[in-house]
Amino acid sequence: MSVDILVVAEQRDGALSRSTVEAIVAGQNLGSDLGKSVGLLLLGQNLSDLADEAAAKGVQEVLLADHEKLADYTPDGYSGALQQVIEAENPDYVLFSHTYMVRDYAPKLAAALGKPLVSDCIHYRMEGRAPIFVRQVFQGKIDADFALQGDAPYLVSFQTGAFNADNLKAEGTGAIRATNIDMDRVEVRTKVLEIFEGVKQEVDLSKAERIVSVGRGIKKPENMELVKELAEALEADIAASRPVCDDGWLPLDRQIGSSGQTVAPKLYFAVGISGAIQHIVGMKNSGTIVAVNKDPHAPIFDIADYGIVGDLFEVIPAVVTAVKARK
Amino acid sequence: MKIIVCMKQVPVKDSLLKIKDDNSWVHEDELNYEINESDHYALETALRLKEAHGGEVVILTMGPERVKEAIKQGLAKGADRALYINNADFTSIDPMTNAKVLAAAISPETPDLVLAGLQTDDNGSGQTGVILAENLGLPHTSIVMEIEKLDNGIKVKRELESGWFQWIELPLPALLTIQSGINQIRYATIKGIMMAKKKEVKELALSDLGLSGADVAAGSTGLDFQKVYVPEKTKQALILEGDPKDVAEQLADKLKNEAKVF
Repeated sequence: MSVDILVVAEQRDGALSRSTVEAIVAGQNLGSDLGKSVGLLLLGQNLSDLADEAAAKGVQEVLLADHEKLADYTPDGYSGALQQVIEAENPDYVLFSHTYMVRDYAPKLAAALGKPLVSDCIHYRMEGRAPIFVRQVFQGKIDADFALQGDAPYLVSFQTGAFNADNLKAEGTGAIRATNIDMDRVEVRTKVLEIFEGVKQEVDLSKAERIVSVGRGIKKPENMELVKELAEALEADIAASRPVCDDGWLPLDRQIGSSGQTVAPKLYFAVGISGAIQHIVGMKNSGTIVAVNKDPHAPIFDIADYGIVGDLFEVIPAVVTAVKARK
Repeated sequence: MKIIVCMKQVPVKDSLLKIKDDNSWVHEDELNYEINESDHYALETALRLKEAHGGEVVILTMGPERVKEAIKQGLAKGADRALYINNADFTSIDPMTNAKVLAAAISPETPDLVLAGLQTDDNGSGQTGVILAENLGLPHTSIVMEIEKLDNGIKVKRELESGWFQWIELPLPALLTIQSGINQIRYATIKGIMMAKKKEVKELALSDLGLSGADVAAGSTGLDFQKVYVPEKTKQALILEGDPKDVAEQLADKLKNEAKVF
């Protein structure tokens, strides 16, 4: 037996991560469009419990790359093991979720295999028998189409949230099979030291009902007062996009986005935030999204419910007054 | 320590991008350019390492004539010299192709450390640096937030998701991709700007790198870039119109009565 579409799993706290399930959904969709089977590859050490969980995720096969050299993630270890599995199994497609780990090793793997990787795709569509993969360029302002040519395998990573994990078709039980990998051939040159939480997350914004979030458009730390007044008027928690936290204008534990917190409040009020992908992934499931930005083409307006194109230094004080008048 | 910093010029943030009629790319001639943000941090990282441990900082960039402005800026900030690949005869958004060309320029330099930004603000594939490591046979770490020099290598702090980090030890030579915000970027001094004029900028054509047009031909890696276009909006924001007071009143009404969020 062999698999046509190989999805590479990632674990979190000993279970399959949600983004892995999203990647399986991508594989199931592609499999149904192309009439191909889907398998899931687990890498790590002592994978038997995880393998049972994986077998129930609606895949034909679960492949295991189980080795002590894979207990901790390293780019050399993962790329080396995957290269061997891919060369032996010869799938048509290898699918990943575009996590920080995948960003670290998938381009290396692609180069080692001499095969293309389309990274961070937001969806695909079929043109005849061939999928066209779509990814964003210019920080989400423009979409770009890519086809894949030459001999398989083709490598594709999908952005977190590109596919909905709730759409998983978890029918049947996949067969579990160990792969033959020779890890003596793989030299691991980096040494993993400790993993730690950078900032004690003192604020849990995931439970906030209303959030006022501020971006680069605020320009100076003195101007933060303006946003604090808006937050007070709306009885909202205050948060920010990455540049504002990098500059120290708000503590790091108030950062929203891929490297910060993921939130889904009833109201997300974005002030001077252009809406780079890294920010959007952290807040796109919010109920009502308001955006105030001077750039009418800012991507934040693509996901906002209400937009105001204008100078936030004029608009925000007026909003504070208008909100207070209605309380 | 000899450090090579890969830098790219990208359109200035918030540029108004216009797509060409044939959807092949955006109109580039009307845009202003700046050093890609994370590449700028990579340069600053290199300069700090040199100040602490000695050595040389070499800028490597590729692009049309305009990228010489980025080189000038980098040299004014303190880089020692620059390698400039003039790609007048080819442009590619394929990271594998670009990494092949960059690797050919880096190899003869035998650096101790290669730094690159973690991704560009234009194409944004986030692949070129990592592919470069594989092409050069170097160990790498991506998304680096801190670097410590050890006796026999380096120790780096890598950013993970959701506010987590990891310390990793690597031997040298190595390649790192640098995250924005790792440090505070310096301004060039007048003295630096004056000194930059005397620094070496070595211009390289594909043939100088032992490469031919076939090596960089579009689609040669299997990646077939087809077109760019403005994304279909899945959700249409209601854009409120009027002077600041008007829009504020409208918004407060909508939030209170339609969305019922306060």
